Amino acid sequence: MNKLLYRVIGFLVLLLPFHAHAVLTIEITGGSEAALPIAVVPFSDEGFAAPEDISEVIRNDLARSGRFAPLPKGDLISSPHEKAEINFSDWRLLRSEGLLVGKVSSVDGETYQVQFQLFDVYKSEQLIGKRYQVPASGLRRLAHQISDLVYETLTGEVGVFSTRLAFVTDMTASDGKKRYTLEVSDADGANPRSVLQSKQPILSPSWSPEGERLSYVSFENGKAEVFVQEMRSGRRDSVAAFKGINSAPAWSPDGKRLALTLSKAGNPEIYILELATGKLARITHNSQAIDTEPVWMPNGRELVFTSDRGGRPQIYKVSADGGRASRLTFEGRYNASADISTDGRYMTMVHAANGKFYIAVQDLTTGTVQILTKSGYDESPSFAPNGRIILYATEQNGKGVLAAVSVDGRIHQRLGESGSDVREPAWSPIRK
Amino acid sequence: MFVSQHGRQLENNEKLGVVQMKLLKLSAVLLTLILLAACSANPFGTKEDEADLQSGEVAVEDRNAESAGIEGENADGSDLGAEAQVVVGEEEFQGDELDDPASPLSNRIVYFEYDSSSVRQEDQETLAAHAAYLGDNSNVTVRLEGHTDERGSREYNLALGERRALAIRQILMLQGASINQFEVVSFGEERLAVEGSDESASLQNRRVEIKYVGR
Repeated sequence: MNKLLYRVIGFLVLLLPFHAHAVLTIEITGGSEAALPIAVVPFSDEGFAAPEDISEVIRNDLARSGRFAPLPKGDLISSPHEKAEINFSDWRLLRSEGLLVGKVSSVDGETYQVQFQLFDVYKSEQLIGKRYQVPASGLRRLAHQISDLVYETLTGEVGVFSTRLAFVTDMTASDGKKRYTLEVSDADGANPRSVLQSKQPILSPSWSPEGERLSYVSFENGKAEVFVQEMRSGRRDSVAAFKGINSAPAWSPDGKRLALTLSKAGNPEIYILELATGKLARITHNSQAIDTEPVWMPNGRELVFTSDRGGRPQIYKVSADGGRASRLTFEGRYNASADISTDGRYMTMVHAANGKFYIAVQDLTTGTVQILTKSGYDESPSFAPNGRIILYATEQNGKGVLAAVSVDGRIHQRLGESGSDVREPAWSPIRK
Repeated sequence: MFVSQHGRQLENNEKLGVVQMKLLKLSAVLLTLILLAACSANPFGTKEDEADLQSGEVAVEDRNAESAGIEGENADGSDLGAEAQVVVGEEEFQGDELDDPASPLSNRIVYFEYDSSSVRQEDQETLAAHAAYLGDNSNVTVRLEGHTDERGSREYNLALGERRALAIRQILMLQGASINQFEVVSFGEERLAVEGSDESASLQNRRVEIKYVGR
């Protein structure tokens, strides 16, 4: 019986490398001097092999945030798993400010008990500690939740490790034709799952504020149309299929409206669609210009969008009730694809210089612009919901990949990928 | 007898399009029915013949509702009708002119400078020919597909592709085509003609494709 089971498992494992999903892995290509040293001691596992290495997931999360510098495993002088086993003076010698310890035990074959404790090394006191029981399938998600708690406790800011990423991949199938997939993964790129597959292009995914729905553009009917899809049920509705372009959907902060671009009146203009009623309000009236890529200011009262009304694409702001738009970008001849941090302080955008495209961030209070990336093929920036990291699409060896940069430009990450072109990233809101 | 005549005609006309083949089959069927009708008192007429004729009569009315669905494969007469022959025949005549490789009509792609929707001088002759053709054939429609290179924002490029297609439509309309002869669609940078972002690839990607509908 057991032999048979092992054979079945072995067979399934053999199948894994052929799974069609893009696997995203994170490489850190830069560091931060301001990172807080923290010791993450491998959790005890009482001799059994847990299906996920929880402490390793947490360690990677914290390192990737750029706010923490986890001690190298070889530097850990002991392996405590609870307070009684900790000699705080040892950890002070290592100059580690935080210390995370924990245990994983098997309740039965299906359920695991996980506990963790976070200590302030200099004060020798516990900052936070929790115990959970989860099924094996929930271990990885729990690890991200613990990362969020550690991050929030030590920085006072919201952690984004339990959030998700949406992105579009395309690959050429064996019949020589393109296949487009809208995928959702964990925030670290792990566990990607396809939520829509199409033979026609998909673009511009946008998360609803509660993180339960995605809006996006699909060409499945031969032209650009806007859809809304519920993540849990998979139910999808066409919400804009007018004559001309229907594109660039962006959810209002209250989740009731979509700002989008429609060219049904003959020219691309910004509209607001009330989802419950289907009522449309036209916001821009500039029949000579391209107006597109609306995003909401967090106050829900203003929109930021791209327009070439001044001759070249630049970013403008307009009231969600319409009216006169004011220009926000003045550096360079090309600024587009804006996204706004949740506190409304920063705007990230694509900034072109000498025919190359870079991710830049503009402080909306001071107007200061900083160029954050170098490749020259960078597009589609999307803020993490805590405003600390910007996810974007770039190219590596002629292939589309995702990358991330901290808003101060110091931490660079690349989400390595195999097989498909990956692009159009959108970082989900915090799960509520 | 009618079937073999049908086959011989096909051999003699290698360049005939599918539409015309269907037309020939229809003609054969129509002739069959006319003959059958003329010989309705013929003692050779069987029950089978009568059934064919009846279904043919019924289907002649149906045909008006769905003239585009002509198959012409079965001799049940469901696709018969003199009106269908006239319409299909006109399309065949148009095909010859459009398929002439020496005609400027054989150019179906116009190219653009970076972030521009202005038509280049070298494409004026091509557009004039298409405009004249559309002006002369008001029942013909074209689909204008606007495309961009892969540089810059995808959403902006989607709008730019439409702007290019609309610019071409405007020129064709100024020279004789009418607005109801056009479908406009933009793919932005989603359907590159050539992969890559170097200038030679980009040049071939910044384009509007003129596609005659139904061809």
